[in-house]
Amino acid sequence: MTEALYALLVGPFKDMGSSPAFFAEVLIGGIFAGLMYSLVALGFVLIFKASGVFNFAQGVMVLFAALTLVGLMERGMPVALALAITAGVMILLALLIERIVLRPLVNQAQIILFMATIGLNFFLEGFGEMLWGSNVKRLDVGIPDTSFKVAGVLINRLELTAAITAAVLVSILAIFFQRTRIGRALRAVADDHEAALSIGIPLKTIWVVVWSVAGLVAIVAGIMWGAKSGVQFSLSLVALKALPVLILGGFTSVPGAVVGGLIIGMGEKLGEVYWGPLVGGAIENWFAYVLALVFLLFRPQGLFGERIIERV
Amino acid sequence: MIYREAGQFKTTYAADQAIFPIVQDRVMAALGVAAAFVVPPLVADEYWLQAVLIPFLIYALAAIGLNVLTGYAGQLSLGTGGFMAVGGYAAFKLTSALPQLSILFVFVLSGLVAAVEGLLFGIPSLRIKGFYLAVATLAAQFFLIWLFNKVGWFTNYASSGTITAPPRTVLGVMVTGPTASAPVRYLVALGFVAVLALATKNLVRGRIGRSWMAIRDRDIAAEIIGVRPLRAKLLAFGISSFYCGVAGAEYVFLYLGSAETLAFDINVSFLVLFMIIIGGLGSVLGSFLGAAFIVLIPILLTNAPHALGMTMPVALQKQLEVMVFGGLIIFFLIVEPNGLARLWQITKEKLRLWPFPH
Repeated sequence: MTEALYALLVGPFKDMGSSPAFFAEVLIGGIFAGLMYSLVALGFVLIFKASGVFNFAQGVMVLFAALTLVGLMERGMPVALALAITAGVMILLALLIERIVLRPLVNQAQIILFMATIGLNFFLEGFGEMLWGSNVKRLDVGIPDTSFKVAGVLINRLELTAAITAAVLVSILAIFFQRTRIGRALRAVADDHEAALSIGIPLKTIWVVVWSVAGLVAIVAGIMWGAKSGVQFSLSLVALKALPVLILGGFTSVPGAVVGGLIIGMGEKLGEVYWGPLVGGAIENWFAYVLALVFLLFRPQGLFGERIIERV
Repeated sequence: MIYREAGQFKTTYAADQAIFPIVQDRVMAALGVAAAFVVPPLVADEYWLQAVLIPFLIYALAAIGLNVLTGYAGQLSLGTGGFMAVGGYAAFKLTSALPQLSILFVFVLSGLVAAVEGLLFGIPSLRIKGFYLAVATLAAQFFLIWLFNKVGWFTNYASSGTITAPPRTVLGVMVTGPTASAPVRYLVALGFVAVLALATKNLVRGRIGRSWMAIRDRDIAAEIIGVRPLRAKLLAFGISSFYCGVAGAEYVFLYLGSAETLAFDINVSFLVLFMIIIGGLGSVLGSFLGAAFIVLIPILLTNAPHALGMTMPVALQKQLEVMVFGGLIIFFLIVEPNGLARLWQITKEKLRLWPFPH
């Protein structure tokens, strides 16, 4: 018994202390992985904030964006043009989703909208594969997947780029939300639909805008994930990875998505490396969820979520 | 003209609160159940029983279970696959440890095991609500699947990691195992669904069901009028998991024959959730309709191009299937967000007025 407790509570920390460079590597790997999750979680947050829709299709949107980009590039298009067209496709998609799926379902219960996005998930999955084929594609963005050493710690170039991209993206989004006219309108809608409508904010336009922005975020996430692990069907499963990040950070908070991603990423990597062997490994699949669950027990609205005020 | 309640006076409370207050409904339900027991074993061939009717019944049971939790008690759960896995693995362990125990009893016991586990994973629901809870139940899903994969004890240390239904008889008739005939397995599944559906019908119109609905509609208000949320929520989790556990045991023993954890992955959770949403939240009939819809649609889609005389590559057909499936779900949600059960209700209303609708 004491031995088991020692292995659980003391051993891992001793391992961490005995090789700080390795510990730092694991930690940095966790941070990078976490930022990648945040990229996906951001799309969720944007849509949930503005329309109260829990968009399960975000993962497939990431896949769809990456597939479109790679498909266009494979047909010999220059990167810039392919990017522009992909962005156009995502905006068109947002328009169609608003018109065909969301508008008829206005005022329905959240769970109905959630199910509709799962339907959308299926549809886009089939559609993307039909258009671009289902084999694994390589996405080359010109950043080598190699590592360099800083103070004895290995750092991957690709992951570093992804981290910087995520940081830039979050800053842009923050400025967009705080400083622009349309950002203010978005925040107003997130606050109170009816009040926003009554002062003349067009709800439908706002929805198209958020879904478009979420689509553009999906492109960035798709590029990063695609460059890391190839563009393939399993890319849509990153959505499942983003969910614990989301509940940890809170559904309605952009910084929450980033901080949540960092905590989940680091927790997952540390757990896998130091505690995983004790229980037979491969705990990455559920560890993030349990971590998020424990957090939730103390803060039911996530770290940065709006405080839940309930009235009868 | 046929479907009319004129002249049926209720003189007791019992008559007024019967499950089917209208005679026509009662007759139809009785006939339907009787037909379900008699007709398919005589008429349907092996393919229909194995590919359509047996999975339909098992999914319907799981859907009733999830409907208790999500439709009646309002607790959104994405852990159905995990709860079903508990039932399946518990049944396997129980029947391999106690081979002389009747397999029907094993199903019930494995449901109870799943119920205990459901209570455990239901505890967070006391503090977490809505989508946060839904994602939290995913923890149960992923953790349980991982557990059954990792710990060899659950599969009796089978190197392939699969559990296989051993041959078991009830009253001298082979019920599970490779030699069990499809009609027998169908009847066992039907028996369970019939009994448990009736139990649910009674449960949800009594004190417990009302406390669930009160929690669903406005939990704080329910608490104020004296519904104990701890009891109501945990009871919903326990009973729902019991149903899912029995369904999971049947899934392995009556339908698949042998299974890996892959059979209970997250897609199963989504499938069952689809069933109750398309069928109708908070409706036992809806669980059946939804299960029928979700089981039949892929079969229809697979056979449709062939029936229309079109030939297309397999990959394209698969992709089209997924697209149409997704599209249909959206379509149904838009047309009738309250599910097929609501459509049935509307039909009945119309029937009552027919042929003089004004």
